[in-house]
Amino acid sequence: MIKQNCMRIIGSREKVPEGKDSFRNLSGFKIMALYGPEDISPLYNESEIGLPGEYPFTRGIHKTMYRQKLWTIRQLGSLDSPSKANARVRQLLQMGATGISFCLDMPTIMGRDSDDPLAEGEVGSCGGVAIDSLEDMRNLLEGIPLDEISINFVSNSQSSVILAMFAALAEERHIPLEKLTGTMQNDILKEYQAQKSYYFPPRPSMRLTIDTLTFCNDYMPHFNPISISGYHLASAGATPVQEAAFTLANGFTYIEEGINSGLTVDSFAPRLSFFFKVHNDFFENIAKYRAARRIWAKAMREKYRAKDPRSWLFRVHTQTSGSSLTAQQPENNIIRVTIQALSAVLGGTQSLHTNSFDEAVSIPTARSEKLALRTQQIIASESGVINTIDPLAGSYYVEALTNQMEAECYKYFKEIEKLGGVISAIEKGYYARIIADSAFSYQRKIERGERTVVGLNKFVEHEETDIELREADPEFEREKVSSLINLKRNRDQALVKACLNEIREVCQGPDNIMPSLINAVKSYVTLGEIIGTMKEVFGEYREESIY
Amino acid sequence: MSNGRKRRILIAKPGLDGHDRGAKVVARALRNAGMEVIYAGLHQTPIQIVNAAIDEDVDAIGLSILSGAHKTIFPKIMSLLKEKGTSDILVFGGGTIPKKDWRELKALGVGEIFTTGSDTQAIIDYLNKTLER
Repeated sequence: MIKQNCMRIIGSREKVPEGKDSFRNLSGFKIMALYGPEDISPLYNESEIGLPGEYPFTRGIHKTMYRQKLWTIRQLGSLDSPSKANARVRQLLQMGATGISFCLDMPTIMGRDSDDPLAEGEVGSCGGVAIDSLEDMRNLLEGIPLDEISINFVSNSQSSVILAMFAALAEERHIPLEKLTGTMQNDILKEYQAQKSYYFPPRPSMRLTIDTLTFCNDYMPHFNPISISGYHLASAGATPVQEAAFTLANGFTYIEEGINSGLTVDSFAPRLSFFFKVHNDFFENIAKYRAARRIWAKAMREKYRAKDPRSWLFRVHTQTSGSSLTAQQPENNIIRVTIQALSAVLGGTQSLHTNSFDEAVSIPTARSEKLALRTQQIIASESGVINTIDPLAGSYYVEALTNQMEAECYKYFKEIEKLGGVISAIEKGYYARIIADSAFSYQRKIERGERTVVGLNKFVEHEETDIELREADPEFEREKVSSLINLKRNRDQALVKACLNEIREVCQGPDNIMPSLINAVKSYVTLGEIIGTMKEVFGEYREESIY
Repeated sequence: MSNGRKRRILIAKPGLDGHDRGAKVVARALRNAGMEVIYAGLHQTPIQIVNAAIDEDVDAIGLSILSGAHKTIFPKIMSLLKEKGTSDILVFGGGTIPKKDWRELKALGVGEIFTTGSDTQAIIDYLNKTLER
């Protein structure tokens, strides 16, 4: 019977009239006019697709998926000052967000205090919050029950310091560390590959990552110490298949580094999570999630010999694609975000941030942020897509794409292995080259009209759409700098010096850095001072510019 | 080309932000169009950029800013160029720069702003036309 059907589909595929366009997804896979059973054999069998909540988790990591627990609606709620960000986050929670997330301003991201000369003009920038000292952390989390709400920090190179401030604040509030939940992005590998917010060379950075991982293992067992992120790779230009392959390869690297540092795989793997971007191509994106879950599960069980089924789970947070948004006819972005969000939900995400439509023009307004939040609520409550688990399983097209995505990822893993692994591939410029190539080729396709972007290269309007824009607070930077100078003046200076000396010594040796950092932040040693001291020991990284 | 040499363009990312996709795409497009491109790399201060422009004897500087710091960085670079007597170097920019700020930037002497969605050919044409004068 199946064989007969196959023949009929091959027959009708040949009869489908083809236009002159070639149909390709963003990863460059050629898409056929029609898919049938033969496209998913011989891989098509029960064990590859399985059931939701069962190995290899192609259909999702939970048995009940959204019927029991909706994905976490986790919107970024950051504004320049810690207290404004605090108010914003509470407002988002009150409007129905179920998780919170903070991103940092550029100086904090680059390990510099607000009063650093290089920070001028960027304090509170990029929609992020300025964190210099424990005082800022205190204001940021004022009134938020740390033992009840999971908190995500979009923090990378400075994660050890942010984690230290978070732990110090919990201690101050008499909350046991083991009660803290949340996530530190803390994915240093993708910084070298794409986001470029690194300070030290890759190896000392990895040591700090492993220090935070070990610290969480020992004292904060419910906190996710790393969220392995493909989002930034994709924003820099990586195609969806490259995003998936590079992210998974980075994940395996953290697993190997953890094991090499003496941890057993099941002691930390269950707390690693992931972060994907959802691109414009609807089905390709869904296939990316399904393939990633399967690849991770297989590797964790077969290669890394994890016994705990929780170690096999590819748990993922998603954000819609900022780089797909256009400055032209910005309201069109509302539709893009909606389609992308729907795709992430059908892909089985655990958590979702929807972008605001004005992001290609400016930092979002409160109004556009609310609309982004409501988009998720409408998908969740009105569209009916959550009524059944993984509704697309068994679709010839989706399963074929999933298989293809999986197979292509293995090709990238081989290339990376040939280069000596992820860190060595970074040092050899592999990622910089591939990502720059993909970004350039995407731009060329748009300019040649081979890829349509509505409002940009088709259906163009010459009249400008006026939208309301958020105005940055012109006074904020001056106020932040002066309060920081004040804080620095009123500390126990001898203690600050002693703390920094201790950090310098620990950086030179093999011990975990976290206890010294917690000690230092309690004495109001600032983030910039700590990172500056670490740079003296570890040196600074400069990348070769490849474009 | 009036002086018979290839046009030399410095592409730079001033400030702390590392979003370099646009800067790199533009750098490659200009190189492919036959210009000599010097990509200054990430995290450059205004003085580093101006010094590099002078050392490399460039015809134009392209600045990519996505962090919102354009109102601090452009004035600094323009005044440094003036100070060094090199105001003849053309400055253009791109990134996330709201249209309402363009007039202010152009009043400082910034030649043109190319934001999200700009065609790289438009940048090439602009440079060819403006540097011809």
